[in-house]
Amino acid sequence: MAGAGSTPFGTGVQRFTEPRARILRLDFLMLLGTLGLIAFSLVTLDTATATDIPGSPDYFVVRQAAYAFVGLAVMIALAAVDYSRLRELRVGLYASMIGLIVLVLAVAGATRGSRRWIELPFIRFQPSELGKVLLILALSAFIVDRLRRLSDRETTARIMLLALVPTLLVMAQPDLGTSIVYVTIALALLFVAGTKWTHFAALGGLAVSAVVLALVVAPAAGVPLLKGYQQDRLTAFLEKDNADPQSQGYQLNQAETAIGSGRKSGRGSDAATQTRLDFLPESRTDFIFAAVGELYGFVGAGIVLSLYALLIWRSLRILTIAKNLYGALLAAGVGVMLMTQVFVNVGGNVGIMPITGIPLPLMSYGGSSVIVTLIALGLLQSVYVQAREAAASKTEAIA
Amino acid sequence: MVVTPQLALRVAILGGIALVLFAVIFFRLWYLQVLSGDQYLAEANDNRVREVKVEAPRGRIVDRNGTVLVDNRTALVVQVLPERLPDDPVRRKRMTTRLARVLSRDPAALRRKIRRDSRSLPFSPVTLKTDVGLTTVLFLQENQSRFPGVEVERVFLRKYPHREVGAHLFGQIGEVTEDQLDKPRYSGVALGDRVGQSGVELQYDRYLRGRNGASRIQVDARGLPKGELSVRDPRPGKRLRLSIDFDVQKAGQAALEGYGLPGAFVAMDPRSGEVIGLGSNPSYDPNVFAKGVSPSVYKRLQDPDNGAPLANRATQGLYPTGSTFKLITAVAGLESGLLSPATVLFDGGSLTVGGVTFKNAGNVSHGAVALPRALQVSSDVYFYRVGLMADQKGGDIIQKWAGRLGLGRGTGIDLPGEGAGLVPTPEWRNRLFRRKLTDRPWTPGDNINLAVGQGDLQANPLQMALAYSAVANGGRIVTPHIGMRVEDSSGRILQQIEPAARRRLNLSSSTRTAIMQGLRAAANDAGGTSTPVFEGFPITVAGKTGTAERGAQGDQSWYVAAAPFDDPRVVVATTIERGGFGAEAAAPAARRILAAYFGIKGKKAIGTAGEAPD
Repeated sequence: MAGAGSTPFGTGVQRFTEPRARILRLDFLMLLGTLGLIAFSLVTLDTATATDIPGSPDYFVVRQAAYAFVGLAVMIALAAVDYSRLRELRVGLYASMIGLIVLVLAVAGATRGSRRWIELPFIRFQPSELGKVLLILALSAFIVDRLRRLSDRETTARIMLLALVPTLLVMAQPDLGTSIVYVTIALALLFVAGTKWTHFAALGGLAVSAVVLALVVAPAAGVPLLKGYQQDRLTAFLEKDNADPQSQGYQLNQAETAIGSGRKSGRGSDAATQTRLDFLPESRTDFIFAAVGELYGFVGAGIVLSLYALLIWRSLRILTIAKNLYGALLAAGVGVMLMTQVFVNVGGNVGIMPITGIPLPLMSYGGSSVIVTLIALGLLQSVYVQAREAAASKTEAIA
Repeated sequence: MVVTPQLALRVAILGGIALVLFAVIFFRLWYLQVLSGDQYLAEANDNRVREVKVEAPRGRIVDRNGTVLVDNRTALVVQVLPERLPDDPVRRKRMTTRLARVLSRDPAALRRKIRRDSRSLPFSPVTLKTDVGLTTVLFLQENQSRFPGVEVERVFLRKYPHREVGAHLFGQIGEVTEDQLDKPRYSGVALGDRVGQSGVELQYDRYLRGRNGASRIQVDARGLPKGELSVRDPRPGKRLRLSIDFDVQKAGQAALEGYGLPGAFVAMDPRSGEVIGLGSNPSYDPNVFAKGVSPSVYKRLQDPDNGAPLANRATQGLYPTGSTFKLITAVAGLESGLLSPATVLFDGGSLTVGGVTFKNAGNVSHGAVALPRALQVSSDVYFYRVGLMADQKGGDIIQKWAGRLGLGRGTGIDLPGEGAGLVPTPEWRNRLFRRKLTDRPWTPGDNINLAVGQGDLQANPLQMALAYSAVANGGRIVTPHIGMRVEDSSGRILQQIEPAARRRLNLSSSTRTAIMQGLRAAANDAGGTSTPVFEGFPITVAGKTGTAERGAQGDQSWYVAAAPFDDPRVVVATTIERGGFGAEAAAPAARRILAAYFGIKGKKAIGTAGEAPD
């Protein structure tokens, strides 16, 4: 491996210099993707939020930059830590995840009908965002614990139950989109760990029954499990002609118009009327991808998607080189988390998925989302760094 | 960690899923941005661009001397965009009730109007009230959030500074109808634009209306303006100069109004057909139409018991003309060879034909008279005899000449809705009789009655003015017209309105001389029917009285005159329902009109005879 590893001056000197060398061993491609998306986010927000707060056109850009800065610092710090030690904290991590989500349900003020955050100075802390990472850390650890009994139905059931508790709590906030991410993460972890195909088939059967129960049987019995607007969102992409500006159909129509009007190379900041004149709703959060589409066209949207593809490819690559199963599971969890969020968010923007209101990682404005995504990427970097070091020491041992 | 084949497979599956998802999104983006991009760009532009109409002021209408008769003023109208009203029926109802209170209108009627108008013209604003006060407008603007979809717009309304004067000439403007929009002459007019719908406003609409401008503004998602993209300036309408002389018009209407009876007058240049004055009594104030008239007011303006002020009796009246018709009988007799100017017929006070006795008015006997004298003293028996002779000769001589002189058909005046009237013929009456629509067939008595303008004859003052003009000008049937020329706002002539004479009659000069002499004597010489009326009038007038017997409706007073006698520049026809003898009402009214035309003031204008009120 690089530089210090192959010096002929003996192991003592080499170990002594290791802490500094670790930083240099970050996955640069992933770092490139991370910084690229942050840059794209800031540039897009500059246009999308220029008139949101009269008199301070840079309000959201400055804040997003600050969140990204803090997040990058945490990311690098995490990269320098051996993630394996977090496995020991699994119970504490799981408990704090549940505790935070319950806390938000209990104390946070009602905003727009959903209780998703706790007001802190400088940031609206959204526990369900942090919960994604805590869930990956805790569930991966539990799976590693029961690795030998992985083919037991009990193991799969336990892991899924552990995942379902926070999922249902998040759904109760209500935050349907994030709960989908939770379930996907749990499934991905089981999948990568090697759970039997028959278990997935059984889980699939259960899921179908649950959906039928929630959407058909329960409303028929007079117990609506989904809130009205959630149902609207699930069906909105089927009825785009709705002229009511509050309706989901209208929002989706405006999002598609924004994206389409960007054509190949985009309309540029000044001419992007859908974004600038607020026809595009929520252009700094849920619909920032549509703003990108209008501002920078097919080329810009393609670059953003390529950057996500880069991150996902890197996470799958890191999965395969991780020094232990825990690291592989963390990489799988982070990769699938990104994949789910990108597909659900962008799919909603382009009209092939229901709008579920989950942020586009690193692009959507919001401290919790940006910082938590960077924490997840920090863990991924840590897996990479540890893998590299392990490989280096192995090479050294052989040499 | 060792990568087992199983793990490799599962990672590959994850990668495959990611690949498929990204491919789906890329294809969707390709579809949206590359394949349909132009269409979405057009939609985005539709979203943000609003075209706002900038109304062009209609052209003014002025009289021949430049006096403004029809002007513009700006007014505020309250409109509502039905699709921006609250969707919730309860909130909608509450809002419309609130709005109705602000506009002091009936809430149910307001809702009905919104419903009806938005059904016929969806997506266009419904005008709820025109000419709204500034305080109301300010209130609505300050409380905009409570009145979603309500807009205030500035529009031009017509203003009639002289109120009743000329009311029947101008006509009204109103929103263009869908039928009109299909016609080529309304090209460039958009739905909701207002165009002339009657009178001169309709006749000369294409000059008067101008062309609306448009302002393209950019709006945000809330509809708030964010800057102007482009403007097309409105092109104001052209100025229309009428041949009407305001002083003559005013004098005519005042003269009629003075009697308090329904009536009409026409003053026309016999040489060109330029109408110098044309009015009908009772009149009305057209300002009530400018902001939309209520059904009850409209009904009252049409009510016959109220004198039907909207009716223009000068062009739409259907009256027997009494002795003013004798000019036509005289032309027919002379030109057909039944008579010569020297033919003397005996007037013994009455004529009995087929057991029916036709008498002179007042049973006087004029003895042996020739044509000029017969006109001067208005000998009925003379003309009874001409009527009888014409009937015996056959060939509808009087009827044919009445038609040639313009009776029984439209005059072609540039005012919509003129009446044709009726010249009774044997064929006409016999046809009615065959269909059992009348009690008897044609008799010589019908022709005798026609010869003195009684019986079934129906004509209006404009037709009589036209017939007298033809004699005065030597045989030309001119086209009466009110529009004189179209000008730009600085007075430069853009188009002169000079309709050609419709036809030329070959009247012999002896015919003209005999008749004109008779008419001159009737207004000037001792024994003339209107000599007392024109006593002291400085211009020599040639005129004929008429008293049409209309049974239960009493006698209708008529007068038709040409002046000055030696070279007539004006023909005046007046009629007053229930006005009695021609010399009692119509002739004094004509004197006042002639006085106004010739600029004669004071005592000389009015005269002493007749019952002309001061």
